[in-house]
Amino acid sequence: MKKKVLAAIMAAAMVALTACAAAAPAAPAAEAPAATEEAAPAEEAPAEEAAPAEEAAPADDAAAEDAGGLIKVGFAQVGHESDWRTASTKSCQDVFSTENGYDLSFVDCDNDEAAQKEAVRSFIEQGVDYIIIDPIIATGWDTVLTECEDAGIPVIVIDRTIDDSDKYVSWVGSDFLTEGKAAAEWLKAYADAQGIKEVNALIIQGTIGSSAQIGRTDGFQEIADREGWTVLDKQTGDFTEAGGQEVMESYCKSYAGKFNVVVCENDNEAFGAMTAMDNAGVTYGPGNDVILISYDACTAGLEDVKAGKITADFECNPLAAPTVEGVIKTLESGGTPEKEILVPDNWYALKDQIVDFSVDGNAQSMIEVTDDVIAAQY
Amino acid sequence: MSTWKKIKSWPLLLPVVALILVMAVNIIHDAATGVNPLSFFSISLRETTTNGTILYGRLIDVINRGSEIAILAIGMTLVVSASAGTDISVGSVMSLCASAMCVTLAGYGVSSTTTLAKPLVIGLLAAILMGIVCGAFNGTLVAHLSIQPMVATLILYSAARAIGLLLCNDLIVYVRNPSFAFIGSFLGPIPTPIVITAICIAIVSVVLKKTALGMYIQSVGINARASRIAGLNSKLLIFLAYTLCGVFASIAGIVASSRITSADSNNIGLYLEMDAILSVALGGNSLGGGKFNLAGSIIGAYTIQAITTTLYALGVSSIQAPVYKAVIVIIIVVIEAPPFKAFLKRHSAAFASKGV
Repeated sequence: MKKKVLAAIMAAAMVALTACAAAAPAAPAAEAPAATEEAAPAEEAPAEEAAPAEEAAPADDAAAEDAGGLIKVGFAQVGHESDWRTASTKSCQDVFSTENGYDLSFVDCDNDEAAQKEAVRSFIEQGVDYIIIDPIIATGWDTVLTECEDAGIPVIVIDRTIDDSDKYVSWVGSDFLTEGKAAAEWLKAYADAQGIKEVNALIIQGTIGSSAQIGRTDGFQEIADREGWTVLDKQTGDFTEAGGQEVMESYCKSYAGKFNVVVCENDNEAFGAMTAMDNAGVTYGPGNDVILISYDACTAGLEDVKAGKITADFECNPLAAPTVEGVIKTLESGGTPEKEILVPDNWYALKDQIVDFSVDGNAQSMIEVTDDVIAAQY
Repeated sequence: MSTWKKIKSWPLLLPVVALILVMAVNIIHDAATGVNPLSFFSISLRETTTNGTILYGRLIDVINRGSEIAILAIGMTLVVSASAGTDISVGSVMSLCASAMCVTLAGYGVSSTTTLAKPLVIGLLAAILMGIVCGAFNGTLVAHLSIQPMVATLILYSAARAIGLLLCNDLIVYVRNPSFAFIGSFLGPIPTPIVITAICIAIVSVVLKKTALGMYIQSVGINARASRIAGLNSKLLIFLAYTLCGVFASIAGIVASSRITSADSNNIGLYLEMDAILSVALGGNSLGGGKFNLAGSIIGAYTIQAITTTLYALGVSSIQAPVYKAVIVIIIVVIEAPPFKAFLKRHSAAFASKGV
């Protein structure tokens, strides 16, 4: 009896502690490093006191729901490495607002996969109703997702994928493989239209192991192999502008005059690559030496398409939150949502660069970049 | 014979040899692939699209991209010497200073701007002030509260980046302004970061040479108590070393941020504290404090950047690059380790006696 009371107190204290940490939504990152240090005690406690902790959680949960009647949602975001990420975060914060009947615990995991798993565990301890994860890397999730399942909390995965576990309700996101193929199929059609016979491509990859990098690299490579294009080199720029700059600076020296296509796996890398090419005297964009392909199509990226710097930009829609809300509504009403839900993507270019192409037999349409399109972009 | 002995007793011999070895890999690779063997070292003038005529070549890349590590290495050397400990917060402090600067220049909550909200000088001062505050915070903890340096600086290591995020309102703050971009681009044909690094090194060298500061810091590092009894204010000197380290971190932050004309608080200075500590070690300095050799640390910094640039030049896949980097570092550190040096000495002595 004594032991049980003690355990209940401990569990309550832990819930209070994590709640405190999450109570300041303005300090998400401050929590992330702290979470790593708290890892050890947090892991031990639920294992030893599993039963009482679960007893305590629903009580706490009920109290919270009585207080506001809000649906509690925990969102473990990757970080804020790019504009795309910022748009994704903002979309979630807008949709899961208090006005819409949600209580959102948002954690910026600073691209630290250990911190992200701790964030998910802290959501379990807080007793949230739903957990949204944008997994930093695709593997190593089974244990954590089993813990979520045991706690009876549905998990919704967005954007990047989880490869080694299926213990989540739905995945909502874009198909990176299709994005990679679309970029390559557009390049094929565009090169044919321009009479470019030989394609010598350089790829600046994203963070190695992320599903965006894997999908975009593989999709592009598949078509490149089919068409017999030369991919001169692949190096990672970690989805950052500084990374794109340094890799392109090196490419310009290693492959001076040998490349006519540069593929950057996100817009920020493209910004860096442009600076590096400027400083090497290489011209890029429609009608110039190098065809510059980028992914993401954030506002700043589209502005560079409009300015004739990026030849074509392939969107990865960050506005997954409305679809996620649909999944939560389905679950609330007792339904079963689909396992894989795609958010529609668009492909962007200027008028003269728009060509007809198809991916896996499906005809694609491109959107011409105008000031209105840029203004409407997130 | 005496010149050979002089070379052998030169303290910078091993760091320089390590740097040359790393560069030599490129000569071998280029010769093997049939390119001009000296292409890594060739520097030419190149017409650019935006910056006029600039110096162009891999060697320039090494010196340019190595600027941040070299600037950090100056501060780290002083900290290591004075306190026999390392400041592991410099990378995060870089990021915080960059955030403080960009937020000052763009205005709070603005995520992208091409016009400066405040004059550039105010932004630079904000960054340096932030560096002084962070350095003074570390210095107080280490000097006055006698907390172990690694533990004391661990606080800002984890917190500074997060404070930067708060300042930036969780955004990447872009300041796409040419006067700001200038710091990270070109001064005439020379990359501005190289000029900034040269100025930092020159100032510190002159101060260390013309004043007794360098000797004071070394004596505190060798024996803080004896130095105090001899009349030196040990606490003040340790405090000063950490504050200077903070200032240099802020300068490195300014350079890194200006290169990408934005404050990317997640990534600026990421893991650079490790590179800074490593460059001090590669420079032949003891991490146990006391005597130091600033030139060694700076050569160490460029050695690290030379490794990175070499791996890019060789086209080593990004996934395997850290492994090669580790192998090279192990070799260099072993060559410079005192027991290995002693072994070589004994061996060469035996060889010499046999020869006679």
